[in-house]
Amino acid sequence: MSMTATAGRAHADPHHIGLVIEHPGPAPKRIVTAYGFWVFLLSDIVMFSCFFAAYAVLADQTAGGPKGSEIFEQRNVAIETVCLLLSSFTCGMASIAADVRNRFWFYLGMAVTCLLGLIFLVIEFREFADLVARGYGPSRSAFLTSFFSLVGCHGLHVSAGTLWLLTMMAQVFAKGFRADVLRRMMCFALFWHALDIVWVGVFSVVYLLGSGV
Amino acid sequence: MSDQTHMPAGHDLAPGDEEQHSVGTRILGYVVGLVLALLLTATSFFIAGTDLVWQPSIPVALIVLAIAQMGVHLVFFLHITTGPDNTNNVLALAFGLLVVFLVVGGTVWIMAHLNANMPAMDQIMTMRR
Repeated sequence: MSMTATAGRAHADPHHIGLVIEHPGPAPKRIVTAYGFWVFLLSDIVMFSCFFAAYAVLADQTAGGPKGSEIFEQRNVAIETVCLLLSSFTCGMASIAADVRNRFWFYLGMAVTCLLGLIFLVIEFREFADLVARGYGPSRSAFLTSFFSLVGCHGLHVSAGTLWLLTMMAQVFAKGFRADVLRRMMCFALFWHALDIVWVGVFSVVYLLGSGV
Repeated sequence: MSDQTHMPAGHDLAPGDEEQHSVGTRILGYVVGLVLALLLTATSFFIAGTDLVWQPSIPVALIVLAIAQMGVHLVFFLHITTGPDNTNNVLALAFGLLVVFLVVGGTVWIMAHLNANMPAMDQIMTMRR
């Protein structure tokens, strides 16, 4: 198409300033899909920012219940953080393996990512169950409501991501590295990395700021 | 729409995609990102529990470290760069960040003023007596 005609010139003038392009045509599907998903992820982050704002406002409203420093266990949070970080790394390895169509490293990377995600979820679930058992459930105080909704919303995202991860492994197993499967894999990698970014905000703002002064 | 996985030269990059590198270079990028992120995380956890530094500086340090780590994630894991083929991705990110700062900053600002300017109901009752 006309894309090839402009490709050479576009390199010299990447922003197309002062260049009249005759119908460059739609971008490749991989770019359109990933860009749309990127916009979705940003809107997801905007949604998380509302939960963060609610938490920031309500963090001191403990209504006689426990403060953050009394219920947070830094050791667990550190393990969770390392799990998510390593899973982000292995997810990157899996997407490289998918790009070079290496099944073994793809399955290995995805399996390790899944395992680390599950460890994260188990630790978080046990923390929540322990809090509820001690009577510090989300209905105890406004602080705990905002805490459970923010951290729980992130946990729900991780759960959905784990399901998506297993789906991707099954699709590669059944359909191979087709172009559409690779696009989904790229969106999944974006999703997983974005979740890690949100977790950086969670452990810094909620757990570390909350347990300190 | 073409369904190819490798875009022609001179085209925009999809978010998450890198410019064409060898596998070794790409893995190295992730390793560097992982090491930086682990260092920043370890610093955050260390700073949060230490008595070594002036205590009021700790929240600021934690927030700066968190923003730095988010930057590391964006660059090394999501491959958002300042290159011309990334303009669309960066602009979308900038708009998202604008909304995030408006929501969080605006909420904290307004609620802090409300707390300061509007005393709680029991205080109002005692003032009336």
